[in-house]
Amino acid sequence: MAYFRSHILVCNDPECVEKGSMDLMALLKKEISAQGLENEIQVFETPRIGFCEQGPEIIVYPEGYHYINLQKDDIPFLVEEQFIKGRPVEKWFAPKKPEGAQELREPTTKEVRVVLRNCGKINPINIEDYIAEDGYAALAHVLSDQSPEDVIQIVKDSGLRGRGGAGFPTGLKWEFTRKSAGDQKYVVCNADEGDPGAFMNRAVLEGDPHSVVEGMIIAAYAIGANQGYIYCRAEYPIAVQTAKIAITQAKNYGLLGDDIFGTGFSFELEVRQGAGAFVCGEETALIASIEGKRGEPRPRPPFPAVSGLFDKPTNINNVESYANIPQIILRGPEWYASMGTEKSKGTKTFALAGDVNKTGLIEVPFGITIREIVYDIGSGIKNNRQFKAIQTGGPMGGCLPIEYIDLPVDYEELTKAGSIMGSGGMVVMDDETCMVDIARFFLEFIQDESCGKCVPCRVGTKRMLEILNRICEGNGRDGDIELLENLSAEIIEDSLCGLGKGAPNPVVSTLRFFREEYEAHIYNKECPAKVCRALINYDIDPENCVGCTLCAVNCPVDAIAGERKNTHVIDPDICIRCGICKQVCNYDAVRVT
Amino acid sequence: MNAIKSLEDLKKIREQALEKRKATAVSGSTQVIVGMGTCGIAAGARETMKAVLDFIENNNIENVVVTQTGCIGICEQEPILQIVVGESEKTTYGKASPTVVEKIMQSHVVNGKVYGENEIQI
Repeated sequence: MAYFRSHILVCNDPECVEKGSMDLMALLKKEISAQGLENEIQVFETPRIGFCEQGPEIIVYPEGYHYINLQKDDIPFLVEEQFIKGRPVEKWFAPKKPEGAQELREPTTKEVRVVLRNCGKINPINIEDYIAEDGYAALAHVLSDQSPEDVIQIVKDSGLRGRGGAGFPTGLKWEFTRKSAGDQKYVVCNADEGDPGAFMNRAVLEGDPHSVVEGMIIAAYAIGANQGYIYCRAEYPIAVQTAKIAITQAKNYGLLGDDIFGTGFSFELEVRQGAGAFVCGEETALIASIEGKRGEPRPRPPFPAVSGLFDKPTNINNVESYANIPQIILRGPEWYASMGTEKSKGTKTFALAGDVNKTGLIEVPFGITIREIVYDIGSGIKNNRQFKAIQTGGPMGGCLPIEYIDLPVDYEELTKAGSIMGSGGMVVMDDETCMVDIARFFLEFIQDESCGKCVPCRVGTKRMLEILNRICEGNGRDGDIELLENLSAEIIEDSLCGLGKGAPNPVVSTLRFFREEYEAHIYNKECPAKVCRALINYDIDPENCVGCTLCAVNCPVDAIAGERKNTHVIDPDICIRCGICKQVCNYDAVRVT
Repeated sequence: MNAIKSLEDLKKIREQALEKRKATAVSGSTQVIVGMGTCGIAAGARETMKAVLDFIENNNIENVVVTQTGCIGICEQEPILQIVVGESEKTTYGKASPTVVEKIMQSHVVNGKVYGENEIQI
């Protein structure tokens, strides 16, 4: 192992990276090798030294000199003084910390867990574990001390809005269903989570199913229902299983069935499985599917609150909406309403995916900015690349560009910006993402999942996909953008259900913010992000190629020729643009043009 | 199982459940918890669980309770393994593949030392 007399640690905290710490590190390495010191001084990254607000910062060991606010021009001077002449540059030192101060600043967490509070903490298939965490206490309280009207008022006061995506006030929905005439009423839980990349509801059903069951019993009491269904897709076998176990356990304790808590209130609950059609997340299609009919939507009104399952008044809420209810009852509507923004109260779970360092399931109060989600919770963009856009709301949502990074996330703000809240998918994209290709991906999904009942959605999305395909293949024509815009407007106007009305959204929002990318594809036959295969070429930079043959060995179609230790060449006629050569090259010699 | 007919019944069950948790902690036994959501299983949690059970059997370890839990949301660290020894704080481990499980169990359960390499802060 080489012996280094000195080590330089460069802070790679997102805040420092934003201030250029990675460029600084590259410069440091360059300057150190220019001075012939590369075998004496080692440079590497470290997370969070502690003065990121005055970054970029570095720390030099073994002495522990801590430099802050370094600029690129400072590097040659710093290297000369510190490492050649051995004189630390005190004017750039970080201020001394007061005695006893903590070595590191604790990373502040911006998450608040209400719905997810038990997930990963309790054993989901053990009801006692849930009861130990105050489970079913809200139900006991409601049944013994409160009238259904009281419960509805509490939910209204909390400001809870439907977490399935549309954001309709939950308390109001319950009130409508309660007031609808009819002796038989139903509550239904929509657990048909179909957005690609979204798994919030699955995590709740798998990790804390009793919170959903308890929320549903409370809802049933409030609206006057005696039968409920959890509609979950068969693609979630573990969620189906945990929900069934939870129902059996609750029945054994008398928390479901006749005369719950000795109050005379009765409620039965069942799991119904769907086959995984995306449109069955739409409430009228979901109802049809539970009834055993083909999963197709029907026009509203009448809304399910008036005529829903088996033509009876039905309350449909999302998994997350129900899971919030016990906490709202126990901790009070004021507590819940104290989180969030003026019109969007409480917290929301999101599935954070895409090009961020820390993907996963998060729960945050409304009003948090996209920047906080991406950089503080998601730990920034992978491979130190640049943020390009964030896609919210699943396939029917929209892509928001960097101008919106400080947008507070709530129902109104997202809609105003041209996207939607949706059920909570969030896909972060870096600067190597082609927005036309992304629009095509989502439209392909929607086109595939269109149920085919109404013409605008069935035929319209098909035509839109054809246009997007030809644009990505380099055959885009003048007028295609306008055609897409016209079709989008028609489909939004004339479709029967939310799926069709949201279908053109990926195209509309990318056209709004990234129109120049569409134009580059159509008029210049060029993909600015270098993604669309028909519009790019791979070639080898003779400057960097050392003739190691790695690319030629890995090329699946033998498109690369060249002798060992000589520059290699890619034959564009054979090349299928798979990108493997670029991935395997250790010398950064493969270029995309 | 007796039906819960009042708030008092519910409270009793809650007390019992908490009592049971406390008893496990006081007795000094070890709890090994594996994250078994769909995501965890897709990342190999079944193999992790098997490795835990195998280790316990092969080494004749006693006084260990193995349970499962759902997803805590840190996808890039799956499969997740958590260990609680007696009354001490819960330690969370990430990327607990079967080979890592062996090291964690040897270090934490047998020798009582947190296995730092795979420990994650949550």
